[in-house]
Amino acid sequence: MLTFLVYIVLTIFLLGFLSRLFVYARSPAPLKIATTPAPVTRLGVAWRLLTELLFFNSLFKADKLAWAGGLAFHGAMAVVLFRHLRYFIDPIPAFFGPLQIIGIVAGIAMAAALGFLLLRRLVFERVRYISSQADYGVLFLLLAIAMSGLLMDFVLRPNIVAIKTNLMSMWSTVTGLPPLNSAGDVVFLLHLLLVAGLLVIFPFSKLMHAGGLFFSPTRNQVDNPREKKHVNPWAES
Amino acid sequence: MADYHVPPVEDDIKTPSLKIGTMAHLAPYPATAKHMDPMGFPGERVENWQEKGIEKLGELLKKYRSLQVYLDICVKCGACTDKCHYYLGTQDANNMPVQRAELMRSVYRRYFTPAGKLFPKLVNATDFDEETLNKWFTYFHQCSQCRRCSVFCPFGIDTAEITMAAREIMNAIGVGHKYSVEIIGKVHQLGNNLGIPKPALKGTLEFLEEEILDSTGHDVRLPLDQEGADVLLVAPSADFFSEPHIQSLMGYAKVFHQAGISFTISSYASEAANFGMFIGSYDQQKKIAKRVVDQARALKVKRLVVGECGHAWRVAYAFWNTLNGPLDFLDPRYPAPQHICEFTHDLLKRGALTLDKEANDPYRVTFHDSCNVARATRMGPNPGGQFEIPRELIRAVCNHYVDMDEETVREKTFCCGGGGGLLTDELMDLRIRGAQPRVTALKRVMESDKVNFMALICAICKAQFTKVLPMYGIPMEMVGGVHQLVSNAIQLGANKGVV
Ligand code: HEM
Ligand code: SF4
Ligand code: SF4
Ligand code: SF4
Repeated sequence: MLTFLVYIVLTIFLLGFLSRLFVYARSPAPLKIATTPAPVTRLGVAWRLLTELLFFNSLFKADKLAWAGGLAFHGAMAVVLFRHLRYFIDPIPAFFGPLQIIGIVAGIAMAAALGFLLLRRLVFERVRYISSQADYGVLFLLLAIAMSGLLMDFVLRPNIVAIKTNLMSMWSTVTGLPPLNSAGDVVFLLHLLLVAGLLVIFPFSKLMHAGGLFFSPTRNQVDNPREKKHVNPWAES
Repeated sequence: MADYHVPPVEDDIKTPSLKIGTMAHLAPYPATAKHMDPMGFPGERVENWQEKGIEKLGELLKKYRSLQVYLDICVKCGACTDKCHYYLGTQDANNMPVQRAELMRSVYRRYFTPAGKLFPKLVNATDFDEETLNKWFTYFHQCSQCRRCSVFCPFGIDTAEITMAAREIMNAIGVGHKYSVEIIGKVHQLGNNLGIPKPALKGTLEFLEEEILDSTGHDVRLPLDQEGADVLLVAPSADFFSEPHIQSLMGYAKVFHQAGISFTISSYASEAANFGMFIGSYDQQKKIAKRVVDQARALKVKRLVVGECGHAWRVAYAFWNTLNGPLDFLDPRYPAPQHICEFTHDLLKRGALTLDKEANDPYRVTFHDSCNVARATRMGPNPGGQFEIPRELIRAVCNHYVDMDEETVREKTFCCGGGGGLLTDELMDLRIRGAQPRVTALKRVMESDKVNFMALICAICKAQFTKVLPMYGIPMEMVGGVHQLVSNAIQLGANKGVV
């Protein structure tokens, strides 16, 4: 049963995410609309996007609190995700040993940053005004994922070895539920279901910002309209 | 004069608390069949406007990546909420960029996303109904397409793109804005926004030649429709008739004269402005811009130079090549098109101009970066040249220059409050309030540095400021073009040009 769920969820996520990216990639950009000053070379544009991705440059100019909270959350999430590879790789490469502690710190940081973002949304008048139920929903969902993860780290440890065996065999055979012998095992199931929920809504929500950034014409265009004729694919000449 | 609300100007730009609907009453005058018909737009609101509007939105989503991506990916971080001059000046929640965009986004969700179809309440999806259309008509005409929000958004979401799309959708269902549509009609009829016919234009140019002769003793020409000139000068038509614009026009003429480069103005393409951009119409932009390129060919010029106009320079710099290019019939040694500031700056560097800075000694000057120039174009080969070249020019022609608060210049510049097709009397209340951030920064340098002249390079900015600054108790003589200062300082006949 869980096998089917996992397969269905992964299919929805991957197909959904890729098809959205496909829609973005396929839709034409008729005119040059880079927000200037903009790089005048391809390499410059790659650098602009990379710094936006890694440091949220524009957000830094705009709002220091959102920037700090956002960067902390995304950075911590990236580390946490990376650490999760240990549950999918066998045998576990040696460098995951020292990473363990960093991963746990990142987990705490992620939950704290999410809490901060939530607080920010509730406290600041303008941000509160623009927030929909869905905006809170995603934050709560991520917070629940982070908290259930931390709960397993600190309080209710599930039988990780059994779970990993169970999950790893999933790629080749149909397995049942992972073992449910302790409260920790139940928390794990909950954690898994929440992640499944996140993956399902991903392609249909603002979470698409994760791929969309790279298709934003104001950021990804080279500023060279005079030097090189930019062709509008749908123009009738 | 009507009773306008002039917001208080404090020492610094402050983000006000939010209010609902302070500007809900201020919709622009609708266009009538007389204006809409020649444009190919329905003369009145079509019967099945909802269906047609949604259909048009669907069409635009397939034509504009910007629209498709920007409607999808806003994370509601709120970083843009205090970046719009119209929000700062009006406190109206719908003038926060994200909320303005939300007016379209909520419709987009309702009809184009599974979440909005299934759970409209959860994700804030709304029907495209009468109330929504009213809000669209009101608030998409309270955006000057200045792109300040796009500078600060972590994804570069450009609300101007959404405003343009909204206006295009509204035009497609027969709900147009009189001001913009009427002006475009004039361009097609007479070649310029002001509707100046050729004889009047000729008369003005001759008058200006006499004026320059009287004041300087030099025979500076302002030729019209002269085939075989080196340069076709395309200026905003306000330069021919309005103060202080006309001072810059004389400045351009003096620069050409002094450099010994022949130029001509065209009566058929006597307009650099292109309101096709304001209404989001690719076809209109192309049609309007085509007049210029056609004239450049017909008059057999080698170069195209664009006068002081913000959005015109955006269309020329960023779009002409795409719309009607390639411009490969022009002299490849020069950028095509070239901004008048680039042109003059280049001559300056080559030593073709003799300038007497002291002629501008009565002025203590600051510079307003016009947003379209600042955030949508470039001058010279390097990013940011659009900031440095005009400043270098100003510094070369006057002794006292100071920048305004760095949070309000260069890429962070504040719009004058009248751009994007809003320079119309019925929107005066909005225009006054939208100018407040710029006025705040200006007043500061007026006090701290005794600034008494704000130079700029946009016809709309000039018109807007001369009208609105007096309401803030600042004399209208405070504003003028960069080439007005050049005009004052240039020494005619001193050491005549290099080419
Ligand atoms: C390419 C990768 C990504 C980039 C560049 C990126 C960037 C950003 C930025 C700049 C913000 C605004 C910051 C803020 O609100 O404080 C943001 C918000 C957000 N991101 Fe991402 N993100 C990425 C991937 C993801 C992923 C994979 C997720 C979730 C699974 C995610 C979830 C969120 C959420 C929930 C918010 C809203 C935060 C709030 O409500 O305040 N992001 N993202
Ligand atoms: S483009 Fe300018 S006027 Fe329009 S919403 Fe953005 S900041 Fe405001
Ligand atoms: S800054 Fe960009 S992502 Fe953030 S709320 Fe504004 S438009 Fe949305
Ligand atoms: S009128 Fe001037 S300041 Fe206002 S939008 Fe246009 S260029 Fe910007």
